Amino acid sequence: MDPILFFIFAAVAVICAISLIVQKHPIKSALSLIGVMGSLAILYLLLGAEFIAAAQLIVYAGAIMVLFVFVIMLLNAGEEKSPARPSWFAKLLGIPLMIALLGILSYVIQRAAPEGSLAFGEYTGGAREVGRALFTTYLLPFEITSVLILIAILGAVVLAKKEL
Amino acid sequence: MLTPVTTIHYLALSAALLLIGTLGVLMRRNIVVILMSIELILNAVNINLVAFSRHFDNMYGQIFAMFVIAVAVAEAAIGLGILIALFRNKTTVLADEIDLLKW
Repeated sequence: MDPILFFIFAAVAVICAISLIVQKHPIKSALSLIGVMGSLAILYLLLGAEFIAAAQLIVYAGAIMVLFVFVIMLLNAGEEKSPARPSWFAKLLGIPLMIALLGILSYVIQRAAPEGSLAFGEYTGGAREVGRALFTTYLLPFEITSVLILIAILGAVVLAKKEL
Repeated sequence: MLTPVTTIHYLALSAALLLIGTLGVLMRRNIVVILMSIELILNAVNINLVAFSRHFDNMYGQIFAMFVIAVAVAEAAIGLGILIALFRNKTTVLADEIDLLKW
């Protein structure tokens, strides 16, 4: 059951990610990103990270995607007429470097990957432990994050003002 | 029966999403799609953090993933705010038409 769920939702995530960068219309890209977020939430549940899964669904698939769709509707962004025209330099250098990056990544993952399988349901790292660590050991980073979000709110309001 | 899922599977998925996100940032012209690709990259990082948190039986990776989510939210809000201000001045959302600083 566990491997089947993993492979299904990993495949959904990768297909939706490819769809994100291939689609011409931004709204279709946004819907694909929602698919990625949803399937990643299932994968977090498989890893036993309940709180991260819930946060993923609420924050990403909820808040951020509403923001993206709102901006797409506001800007009335249509389809891209012509794709980007890569220069000969980019084609010459980009494709071999891409292949090299793929090779290095797969080599590093093969070498550095730790042993052992992940069985479902034998992990103790639910919402209670995360919350306790967040409000004791990591209290200072938590509070600093609240300041960061406050600054982000102020910045967004200032940027979206009429005269800039 | 299928092979059991190991940490390496999650690492491979994360690497795949990272590569796709990088491709999106480099290839697309629409700034909204570029911002979405950045969100995809941050999500790929989160998979790594949570998978290693599971692997070492230590939930501090999950807490780091929480902070990554918070930073991603702030980044999306600011990025879209900049985009709206930019659209008001230049009336375009295509990255290669915004070349004011190019010489």
